[in-house]
Amino acid sequence: MNDTGTAPPDSLAEVFWAFLKIGISGFGSTVVHARRMMVEEWRWLSAAEFDDIWSVCQALPGPNVVNWALCVGARFRGAAGAATAVLGIIGAPILIVMLLGLLHSLYGNRPEVHALLRGVSPVAAGLILSTAVKMAMGPRLRSWMAIFPVLSFCAVVVFKLSLGMILAVLLPLSVLAAWFRSRQGRQEKAA
Amino acid sequence: MTDWSLLWQIAADYLGISLLAVGAGVTTLPEMHRNAVERHAWMSDAQFAELFALSQAAPGPTTTMFSAIIGWHVAGPVGALVAVLGFLGPSCLLTYVTNHLWTRFRDSPWRERIQAGLVPVTVGLMFAAAWLVGRGAAHTYGAYVATAVACILMLTTKINPLWLVAAGALAGLMGLL
Repeated sequence: MNDTGTAPPDSLAEVFWAFLKIGISGFGSTVVHARRMMVEEWRWLSAAEFDDIWSVCQALPGPNVVNWALCVGARFRGAAGAATAVLGIIGAPILIVMLLGLLHSLYGNRPEVHALLRGVSPVAAGLILSTAVKMAMGPRLRSWMAIFPVLSFCAVVVFKLSLGMILAVLLPLSVLAAWFRSRQGRQEKAA
Repeated sequence: MTDWSLLWQIAADYLGISLLAVGAGVTTLPEMHRNAVERHAWMSDAQFAELFALSQAAPGPTTTMFSAIIGWHVAGPVGALVAVLGFLGPSCLLTYVTNHLWTRFRDSPWRERIQAGLVPVTVGLMFAAAWLVGRGAAHTYGAYVATAVACILMLTTKINPLWLVAAGALAGLMGLL
């Protein structure tokens, strides 16, 4: 244990098994398990360190939890640690998804498999919709900023533009608008 | 026999999507749909929705799991691995390279500004993703009800979404949807 009360892993193998364990317990919210194990059980990181790494990984492209594993692995064991952590966190889910692919190519044509998946797909749409609604009700959209989700939705559904095009055009506008708005808010407060 | 041009196409698709996977959630799903259904005609709307439903059974990041399933559908196990490597490769590389710049970026006001601009665009993409999966799902009253009920339960209760998925599967098997 060091002066911050944390105890880093001793070997690459330890890194691998730790992230494998987090990856397997990742049904739903991996970050909750990750935090509990890393900070409370194993004490690899302090709570503040965990939050710092997590907040930056959220801002980078790619699945947050994979980026986060990579950063933690790199912090303790450099490039080898980063690769080991990514392999650990994504290894088990990849094996499971490969198994699903195999089962689907063997039995995917059977009517009961179709019926089952036809039952799940409207539910899956509902789950995505609920996340979208939750995000839409957040504080960032209570203004004319609400034009941006309408624009990005139409860009996909009506105009069928590529994601690269949509982000290249809308993101700078949206960032500028948010900046302008926060400046305006500050000036109003000052006046 | 390996179809190299197909594998190359999968790699190109997902390498191209990797760095666009910004914001939390399934923001890349519309682009995956655009590639697989509209550009390459690898599958129909209905197949896209079914395969997305299948990918939900795997733990792990949703879009990563879905990219594997699309890859497998197109070119078998090698296709699945190519899709995942393409999808994760560039973003992992970028994360590794920028990882030591953290502390400076964390305190920069631009991080908050970019986040403030990112969320509104992301929300629209999430609605589009729900629209695309919903459009591929069965067009019956039962299916619309299932979508609405799943959405409302997620918003008003703390139910584990796996129960909703299981209920949907059961309703599908019983021929209700």
